[in-house]
Amino acid sequence: MDLICPAGNLPALKTAIDHGASAVYIGFRDQTNARAFAGLNFSEDDMRQGIDYAHAHARKVYVALNTYPTSAHIRTWQNAVDRAAALDVDAIICADLGVLDYATRRHPDLPRHLSVQASATTHAALRYYRERFGIARAVMPRVLSLQQVERLCKRQVVPIEVFAFGSLCIMVEGRCQLSSYVTGVSPNRHGVCSPAKFVRWDEEPGGVRSVHLNNVLIDRYQAHEPAGYPTVCKGRYKIGDEIFHALEEPTSLNTLSLLPMLKAVGVAALKIEGRQRGLAYVGAVTRVWRQAIDQLEAQPNAAGDPAWQHELDAHAEGHQTTLGPYHRSWH
Amino acid sequence: MQLTLGPLQYFWHRDDVFKFYREAVQWPLDTIYLGETVCSKRRELGTRDWIALANELAESGHEIVLSSLALLEAESELSALTRLAENGRLRVEANDMSAVQILRERKLPFIGGPGLNVYNHVALRLLREDGMQRLVLGIELGRELLREFKDSGEPLPEFEVIAWGRLPLAYSARCYTARALDRSKDDCGFRCIDYPDGLPLKTREGSPFLTINGIQIQGGEYCDLAPDIAELQTAGIQLLRLYPQANDMAAVVARFRKTIDSGLPAQRVGLENGYWHGQAGRQQMPGDEVPDSAQAIISA
Repeated sequence: MDLICPAGNLPALKTAIDHGASAVYIGFRDQTNARAFAGLNFSEDDMRQGIDYAHAHARKVYVALNTYPTSAHIRTWQNAVDRAAALDVDAIICADLGVLDYATRRHPDLPRHLSVQASATTHAALRYYRERFGIARAVMPRVLSLQQVERLCKRQVVPIEVFAFGSLCIMVEGRCQLSSYVTGVSPNRHGVCSPAKFVRWDEEPGGVRSVHLNNVLIDRYQAHEPAGYPTVCKGRYKIGDEIFHALEEPTSLNTLSLLPMLKAVGVAALKIEGRQRGLAYVGAVTRVWRQAIDQLEAQPNAAGDPAWQHELDAHAEGHQTTLGPYHRSWH
Repeated sequence: MQLTLGPLQYFWHRDDVFKFYREAVQWPLDTIYLGETVCSKRRELGTRDWIALANELAESGHEIVLSSLALLEAESELSALTRLAENGRLRVEANDMSAVQILRERKLPFIGGPGLNVYNHVALRLLREDGMQRLVLGIELGRELLREFKDSGEPLPEFEVIAWGRLPLAYSARCYTARALDRSKDDCGFRCIDYPDGLPLKTREGSPFLTINGIQIQGGEYCDLAPDIAELQTAGIQLLRLYPQANDMAAVVARFRKTIDSGLPAQRVGLENGYWHGQAGRQQMPGDEVPDSAQAIISA
């Protein structure tokens, strides 16, 4: 099973390789990928160095080109495909039909992975992308239960990659417009969810802090409460007379306890979320998952090291973790 | 300009559904979409019931379209989708790529629903090759992107836009109605039937924000493009979609029909759709306050 790790810059890429990533996924410094954050991502020179570093260690680099261009700007995405091909990356990760079509025609030998942003959740949808674009792998949205992942793997339409750890999109990826409803900026078009420039923190009496996103109150925290980033889906809202996390708590996905089952059902690759996270996160999370995968392959019946869970919890958003959609009770 | 009735997004009692659609064929509509698009657990009408009702409505002479589920996970949902595709008579609205594939495999022409991600003319071209004859614009597609489609010089399908109702914003594996009522999804008790226009979600200060509808999240407000019909027509929109609501739907349809037929601009009743102007979806333009007199046809 491959371990696919995030890198928002060259040091993070090297850290991920040093700690055991099978492949690292990265993006150009523009809107062509779904983590288009200021100060993040790779210049062409950094990308070349990173690819050399990975290839020298017999590892791979994937480039995410997984946002949706409009007609007026599609050339930018097509150029990005050309640049990735010229840099000899090992695969590109795409969602848009237009980008996939261009890559398939222009660079047939460059492997194409279907991004989670394409929202393909069934073997019928996967057949579409395989028949039209010859995709080599597909990343599954975080909506499927373990049993549904197993059924998809058994169909063998394409090898399946699933999210193993990191921040949790609660909505099916590529089909969520909560951010653009509030800010006009969307993961699909702009590669950003609930962008920081729309966030406003206010101090209120008694140490209370409130946070607005483009003037919509997302949450309010008492002095003793830890405050989270105000993505729309993780705020507290009022339904009837009750105020609670109506959509999702600020929590991270952690499937470490499901690892033997993910392997048994035939998952080809595990993805770690977090290109926006720092070196400490990338290093620790990559190392723990590498150790867990290696131990599972060497001694399938051995219990995992309890320290692994503690380490992952320490790096989880809100320091809480969940098995997410893989486990029925989450639904 | 044609008027369409979008698929019912909420969960209603079986008798109410039949009553609604048997009235709807009397309204001045061109097209009626029907079918379960949100949650396959909603079984007041099963797939066969929807197909039978659609065939019955087709006798009225309206164009009838069967709408498919927006988010598919289970094998049973794919089987239901296949039954819809193989109904033998009526076109299907494909609301995800599973539906596109099942329809193209059978060489059946289809309508692309607002759940498909179509942001550029190449995606449009590929889906036209697949059999797409009409596209209901995804909510993020405003007038600027529509102009880009036209400027590309590609042959275009028909375009339909959501002109009335709450915007569908997101789908999840989780059921938020069940969550709000502290029930698990597997034991949801089908309680969304108690909220025939969805469950309002407000900010902590009590301002309307979103609407919960099972696994779907909608905008909190009704969007209303009736005052913009002339502009929509110029932009290349051929069909206006009106989403069903529990009360006063006949009045909603009549208002749009009157506006189209008279050629006179309508007074805004719901809120403007910011997406159409390239803004945030809930962004309001100056002068957009909803007059009190309008509340009559906004039943929530």
